[in-house]
Amino acid sequence: MRSPTPTVAVLASTAALVLAGCGGSSSTGSSSSGTSSLAAAARSSASPTSTLTGQITVLAASSLTDAFTKIGKQFESANPGTKVTFNFGSSAALANLATQGAPVDVFASASPKNMATVVAAKAAKTPTTFAKNSMEIAVPADNPAHITQLSDLAKPGVKVALCVAQAPCGVAADTVLKNAKLTVKPATREADVTATMAKVTLGEVDAAIVYITDVKAAGSKVKGIEIPAAVNATTSYPIAVLTGTHTPALSQAFADFVLSGKAGQVLTGDGFAKP
Amino acid sequence: MIGKGPRRRTGERATPWPLAVPAALAVAFLLLPLLAMVVRAPWRDLPRILVEAQALSALRLSLVCATAATAICLVVGVPLAWVLARSPSRWVTPLRGLVTLPLVLPPVVGGVALLIAFGRRGIAGQYLYAAFGIQLPFTTAGVVVAETFVAMPFLVVTVEGALRSADTGLEEAAAILGARRFTTFRRVTLPLVAPSVAAGSVLCWARALGEFGATITFAGNLPGVTQTLPLAVYGAFENDPPAAVALSLVLLAVCVGVLALLRDRWLRPGWGSQTGTAL
Repeated sequence: MRSPTPTVAVLASTAALVLAGCGGSSSTGSSSSGTSSLAAAARSSASPTSTLTGQITVLAASSLTDAFTKIGKQFESANPGTKVTFNFGSSAALANLATQGAPVDVFASASPKNMATVVAAKAAKTPTTFAKNSMEIAVPADNPAHITQLSDLAKPGVKVALCVAQAPCGVAADTVLKNAKLTVKPATREADVTATMAKVTLGEVDAAIVYITDVKAAGSKVKGIEIPAAVNATTSYPIAVLTGTHTPALSQAFADFVLSGKAGQVLTGDGFAKP
Repeated sequence: MIGKGPRRRTGERATPWPLAVPAALAVAFLLLPLLAMVVRAPWRDLPRILVEAQALSALRLSLVCATAATAICLVVGVPLAWVLARSPSRWVTPLRGLVTLPLVLPPVVGGVALLIAFGRRGIAGQYLYAAFGIQLPFTTAGVVVAETFVAMPFLVVTVEGALRSADTGLEEAAAILGARRFTTFRRVTLPLVAPSVAAGSVLCWARALGEFGATITFAGNLPGVTQTLPLAVYGAFENDPPAAVALSLVLLAVCVGVLALLRDRWLRPGWGSQTGTAL
């Protein structure tokens, strides 16, 4: 009987800036009991008898855009009557949203650090790591500055885009450069990895340090240049249900689904490493 | 104290309540957020925070870029306003619509458009880059370009409005006395609309100072080079909200200062505000 009020549903969809076809009245089913059994059902890739319905909003790091869009569709088709809307952005910005009481249900961060601030603010329950990622150099397809190795980024005249130091991709990029003892003066520091990648695909910069998954997702528009493992940086992706969620069963089911083998296949297919 | 709406009409009775109540609401709505910022500002740590956040360099960059953008707007925008106000061509109406488009266009869209036009691979930018090695994105010049694009319509619309309502009799008199059209413009028209040019410049400058979307999209975000104060506020908000409030206060102080300085001189009701309402 605990159905979410229309206002909450409206707020959630507005916050995600996604047009959700708010179809009719939705009920979350019995939310207090049976969380674990529902979760188990989701883990065994969704029994058709699942009683999960309703809508959740998931905050997810920019680097998860492709993978989570696919995983969200899989989850929805496995659980008819559910709707998952995503809000992709810099993990730092999303952590802010989560702690400031935005009507959101699940947070998937690109770094344990941003998740920790949310947990410290008591806005999230215990997080679980579901994937790992490391860094790669992305250059435009025609590689105008003839970048072949990491040290080329420090050459004068080479325009490099990095994420802002607040975002996990910026932290990781700085770590890589520090490990390699390189001083790179970036041309710009972009808010998140998607914005950083856009500057490469547009050919406005000569190179960027991004996640290997971004290079893979961009396909032929960019070329990837490996960073030696000895200096590379790795980041873990934790996911947690937020304490402010109005649909705990559905939120937990989604988090469990992300940790399931089926979602794992999507993630590894996109280039993520297993946790 | 602040809730009393405009009631300076001499010899009239109190403002009727159907006007007074919504007006008071509007005042409260506009002032409360600013007041909240002042109340919540980390006053004690303000100097330290501003030093750490490199507020001065961001402020300097903001002031320089907004002023440069306003100068460019004046040089090309006033002539454009004259053409829009005086040209008999039937193309003027659609032209006016097009050049004022950035007024309503989301600035981010403007930034994307600028990138596609003037970026290193852009329609015009690739030739700039090939011929002169000029690359506007990620440079301070790029900030000025973004601000000019967004702010120019404010000047053009204000000046054009003044030109249309200005007395053309004086211009005709000058023409009859043998003045050439450009001389008439320089010696008669321009002094006539000078207060509106000033008002338009202030609007244009203020818009440029606050520019965010087009700047971060086209010029990027790098402290000291392209990170203007609004960009610094946005960046600080993600990991250090008090710093964002401190930086916002700086911007607020500058805006209040400029308005206070200019109000009595140029923004008097009648001259500036009359054309200002054209917006």
